[in-house]
Amino acid sequence: MPEIFQYDFMVKAFIGGILVGGLAPALGLFLVLRRLAMISDSLSHVALTGVAIGLLTRTYPPIAGLGATAVAAVAIETVRLRRLMPGDAALAVVLYSALAVAVVIISLADGFNVDLFAYLFGSILTVTSTDLWLLAGLTVIVVGFVLAFYSELSQSSFDTDLARSNGVHVFRVNLALAILTGATITLSMRVVGVLLVGALIVVPVMVSLRFATGLKIALLGGVAVGVGSALAGLTIAFYANVAAGGAIVLTSVGVLILSMAAPPVLGRLRRLLRQA
Amino acid sequence: MTQPKESLDSSCLEFSNVTYRYGSVDALSNVSFNVEAGDFFAVTGPNGSGKTTLVRLALGLANPTAGEIRLFGVPASKFDRWDMVGYVPQTMDGIHTQFPATVREIVAHGLYKGFDPFGFWRRGRQEVVERSLEVVGIEDLADRRISAVSVGQQQRALIARSLVRRPKLLVLDEPEAGVDAAGQEQLYSVLRRLNTEQGITILMVSHDIGAVLQEAKTVACINRTVVFHGPPHHMTQKEISDLYGLPMDVLLHDLMHEHR
Repeated sequence: MPEIFQYDFMVKAFIGGILVGGLAPALGLFLVLRRLAMISDSLSHVALTGVAIGLLTRTYPPIAGLGATAVAAVAIETVRLRRLMPGDAALAVVLYSALAVAVVIISLADGFNVDLFAYLFGSILTVTSTDLWLLAGLTVIVVGFVLAFYSELSQSSFDTDLARSNGVHVFRVNLALAILTGATITLSMRVVGVLLVGALIVVPVMVSLRFATGLKIALLGGVAVGVGSALAGLTIAFYANVAAGGAIVLTSVGVLILSMAAPPVLGRLRRLLRQA
Repeated sequence: MTQPKESLDSSCLEFSNVTYRYGSVDALSNVSFNVEAGDFFAVTGPNGSGKTTLVRLALGLANPTAGEIRLFGVPASKFDRWDMVGYVPQTMDGIHTQFPATVREIVAHGLYKGFDPFGFWRRGRQEVVERSLEVVGIEDLADRRISAVSVGQQQRALIARSLVRRPKLLVLDEPEAGVDAAGQEQLYSVLRRLNTEQGITILMVSHDIGAVLQEAKTVACINRTVVFHGPPHHMTQKEISDLYGLPMDVLLHDLMHEHR
């Protein structure tokens, strides 16, 4: 067995990485297509508030995070539905309110400490079996949701009025998507960190959208890039002894840059070869 | 449930004294008209005249402040046969530039009949989808990305999407917007065929007064309220210039000439 799998924490990290790497882009595709990718940023900061509450009350932080992100998801979608303010402004208001609440609570809880740092940027050493069981449960729910409501998700990402005139309950679909995104962010915190998980929601999808023809292919492509980045990033993190969350996100960004740079470079090479 | 009337002589869509208030202004005020089965009914008017509001009301996406809307004889609030009404929205510029779905996948959205837990596994390649693609003449584009075909082809894909549901009434919101001249001709020829050969009633909101006069059997000119309602050749120059102002006069003159 290679050295990397001899450590219990690495095995846990790989399981967590595979689940997060697959979950984030599966939901991210539909967020990106409805130009709502920034919702992940707002929900990340809300999850942070949950963590702060958890640290203050000495309870398991993800539980408060799940509750806080669900409340925020309902608030964001209701504001968007009622058009109380522009969608991006609503996301910003939620983000900064959540951040302010988090800062106040953290100051009450005797300032910043190591635990908080682990949630901000991820810390694979702290991934517990409970984290993994919760992530696995969420994975079952998200996979079930995306497969069962695939047509509703696809239609409402394409055009909300068209979807509604087709009988799709767009608000309910949006709400479920936002709540599950909040849950994914919350439970991904220890693996990639609350400040970085948004990258896994967007970046693998951007790679997939460059090549995929067909929505199902884009979905599977995004998941593949997400899982691949998590596995490669964790391996790099282990051998280079760097932060896992950062390594995972940098890997996916590297793949994105390659996917953007490769076609023109390859095209030029092909032309050069043809001339030679 | 009140059953929609399906007899040929019935009216597809009826607006009776409909007012729609948006904030403190009436986007539509006291609008009445009737779209008979088999009609090619065009609604035209300047920007901000309430055309899109009218479409949203007709589709039940908004509710009138006052007045009544009936679809196939049933009040819009009680109407539940939306499969009888096809909708083609204004151009898709709200759509993500890299939207990955293929033309066929978008057309297959028309197959949707409510929640289906196994929807992901169903094949989009069904006979009714393929036939709809052929009717609008984009069968060779079926496997292309919807975001990679021209605006005119996107419009025809959306028409095909609504044809999958075998609608009795097709509602189009400025289908010509952003479509080049050749594309517009293809678009109108598709609509003409659907109307005459398949007997689909058409309600088309349009800016393109030339096309309206040429294609429609009945025209309603609106500017927050109905300014003119009748066959296009009954439209007088005065009504058009009242509606659009002077520049339209010159254009209209030529078109009316052609028409007579």
